[in-house]
Amino acid sequence: MPITRFRLNGVETDVDADPDSLLLDALRGRLGVIGAHFGCGSGECGACRVIVGDHAVTACDAPLWSVANKDVTTVEGLGNAERPHPLQRAFIAEQALQCGYCVSGILISAAALLRQNPRPSEADVRTALDRNLCRCGSHNRMVRAILRAANEMAAR
Amino acid sequence: MSTPAAPKLPVSLVANPMLSSWVKFGPDGEVTVSPGKVEIGQGIVTALAQIAADELDVDLARVQMIRASTAASPNEGVTSGSLSIQQSGRAIRHACAEIRQIFLGAAADRLGVEASALDINDGTISGPGNIRTSYWELAGEVSLDRDATPGAVPKPIAQRALAGNSVQRLDIPDKVFAERRFIHDTALPGMLHGRVLRPEISRAKLVDLREDGARAVPGLVAIARDGSFCGVVCETEAAAEAACVALRKGATWSAGETLPDENDLAAFLKGQPVESTVIDCKAASPAGENTRTIRRQYTRPYIAHASIAPSCAMAQWSGDRVHVWTHSQGVYLLRADLALVLKLPVEHIIVEHLEGAGCYGHNAADDVALDAVLLAKAAGGRPVRVQWSRADEMTHAPFGAAMAIEIEADLDAQNEIVCWRHSIWSNGHSARPGRASQPALLAAFELEHPFPRVISANPPQANGGGGDRNSIPLYDFPAWKIESHRLLTMPVRTSALRTLGGQGNVFAIESFLDEIAAERGEDPVAFRLRHLADERAKDVIRSSAKRANWKPAAKAGTGHGIGFGRYKNTGAYCAVVAEIEGEEDIRVKRLTIAVDVGEAINPDGVVNQIEGGAIQATSWVLKERVRFDSERITSNSWAEYPILRFSEVPQVDVEVIQRSEIDPVGAGEAAHGPVAAAIANAVFDCLGVRVRNLPITRDSLIAAMELAS
Repeated sequence: MPITRFRLNGVETDVDADPDSLLLDALRGRLGVIGAHFGCGSGECGACRVIVGDHAVTACDAPLWSVANKDVTTVEGLGNAERPHPLQRAFIAEQALQCGYCVSGILISAAALLRQNPRPSEADVRTALDRNLCRCGSHNRMVRAILRAANEMAAR
Repeated sequence: MSTPAAPKLPVSLVANPMLSSWVKFGPDGEVTVSPGKVEIGQGIVTALAQIAADELDVDLARVQMIRASTAASPNEGVTSGSLSIQQSGRAIRHACAEIRQIFLGAAADRLGVEASALDINDGTISGPGNIRTSYWELAGEVSLDRDATPGAVPKPIAQRALAGNSVQRLDIPDKVFAERRFIHDTALPGMLHGRVLRPEISRAKLVDLREDGARAVPGLVAIARDGSFCGVVCETEAAAEAACVALRKGATWSAGETLPDENDLAAFLKGQPVESTVIDCKAASPAGENTRTIRRQYTRPYIAHASIAPSCAMAQWSGDRVHVWTHSQGVYLLRADLALVLKLPVEHIIVEHLEGAGCYGHNAADDVALDAVLLAKAAGGRPVRVQWSRADEMTHAPFGAAMAIEIEADLDAQNEIVCWRHSIWSNGHSARPGRASQPALLAAFELEHPFPRVISANPPQANGGGGDRNSIPLYDFPAWKIESHRLLTMPVRTSALRTLGGQGNVFAIESFLDEIAAERGEDPVAFRLRHLADERAKDVIRSSAKRANWKPAAKAGTGHGIGFGRYKNTGAYCAVVAEIEGEEDIRVKRLTIAVDVGEAINPDGVVNQIEGGAIQATSWVLKERVRFDSERITSNSWAEYPILRFSEVPQVDVEVIQRSEIDPVGAGEAAHGPVAAAIANAVFDCLGVRVRNLPITRDSLIAAMELAS
């Protein structure tokens, strides 16, 4: 099997799998990185979003070959309890979720937005998240949390 | 001054009296609290921890909440109906109050002082002269293997340090840091992956199966088939997906069962055999003078739970015993149904809860657990994880039942209501597992020797009712008759969805009231207040109206409407003012809400539940409708079953009326009915047209306009 090499959360990673197989299967399967969640399998809900380069993409319909030699960031790559990303801190501060299954994909969309537009308006945030679905109705809290993180990052 | 009567034992303690089944003191200075209710994203675990920490006088950080399992947890039935705070919360409060007293007594004996001279601070029990001990020092000699007694009196409100405060939820950090908390992310040693093949044609039977394609998939461990139930077990999830695709290609299905006309649900619902029940009757004496009668019909479609995660479960056999991991809302109830299907004593089955995504009622969580149990039989003792596809989640899980509601009002010469008649046609709103002599799990209907398909029933009105939930008016009409017609056929599978019939009934009642108020030329807020005696009801209406500056001056292209309900007529009070913009499409701009849940244990948790409920309700009203043709459910993806998106979500402004002296009730289902009505009433205010058939889409607006012209 050909090896696909990419940087996963900053670490050089080799995956020995069919290049046409799905990025999400590689992440959740052999790499054991579970932050990106399966939701629909057809790129419609955003629960599996990861950042490739500077853009958020759905990993459930992205072939492995499409990330060859690229930087892939999952929610684990944003931060952890010891070193949280400002977005993660803000989501806790705003209590910005209910069940939380969609939240890793939403954090990823938000992180990609803030890389491209560090001072987004509320409308910018809603537009950036429009392809992420949340079923619990935590949308407004999430928007508040993202604006809070943007402010915090801009103030640094 | 008389002392208040000792409280009665809460229902969950009556069912599970052993104190040690609720609370234990661990060796490392922790307190483990074991509720029978489960976290479904509603924050219940945190609210229950607050209650326990308060009553025991320990830091919240010491409290460890145990996930429900039939191996050890109290049996609290199902986590549903906005009852968790009411049932589990009261039980934990009383159990902890009694445990505190027991330890104070033991500390008094050890320290040689009166218990009344002792104080507890973060679990350390101290008294005059620096004498001290702790829960943990005493734990070895104090047995909690004893039954709770009704005499324990919880702390007065003023001494509660945590209840009533918005503490941060305990589960949120794990979820933003992607710790393995969801069942979907849990890996057991040696775990295999399963997928089940289900027909696209409704209730088609598997008549032939060629297995060669699936057998060629590398990593295939087994193909399991029992009648029309069929699935694969593989070494990896990707292999299981591939094998299931191959299996579908080799499957031949029978014809299915015909589905009703999705464009005339009322005719279908009213044309079926039904069981009719008079829910309530009130006679006026003397009967009011009836000058004219007006009648309106309202409908809501089938609505999908549409959890953001497909349902998932794991199972592992060891001889004739099986261990099941599930995100079911009721571990004991699921176990009871598994025992029926497997013909095993319940003691041979352990059902353990792991968190899933929000379910909003009875979705496929229980079904997939049986799938995993059946597939794991072919796994040679290894655990098998089964996850449904998005399409199966959208088509095979139970739906919230469609409803047709007809209301008639007799009006006197002054257009005052003298009599009110409300009739509901709907399938039953509950076919939850574990409550009957037959299992309610999908695979049980598909086996070679199948169990009969369960026809959904309605919980009794004493438990809040089902299709009839919230159908008895909260208003002081002089006479009424409320009737429920439950269908005895069920071509589309239905079961509990958030609010059961409450959303439909409140939508109908509050829409019709608005219509009568408009006809009278009376302000709809004033009209409601005039017909209500309950001050808590009036307070939420007045608060939401005031907060929304009711009624803002009319502006072209905008409209305002109000809706009110008290969930189940016994739960949380909620009033909503909706502000919308509309021409061809409706946009909900803002929902201004007042809610009264009695004592709000975690006020931000209440706000979160109300906001979420309001946004989900807006999605139901503006977008949601299960689609089908005569042979299959066609809304099998997010593209075919759209829900509200970030750019479409209204601002939601929530005021919690805190009533610390009143026992708390749940908040998760309070907003749905009032939001639906408020939006529909705002549409009328904006466009002058009454939409009586949900959802309110461009098509239903056009249909309503045509009807009105």
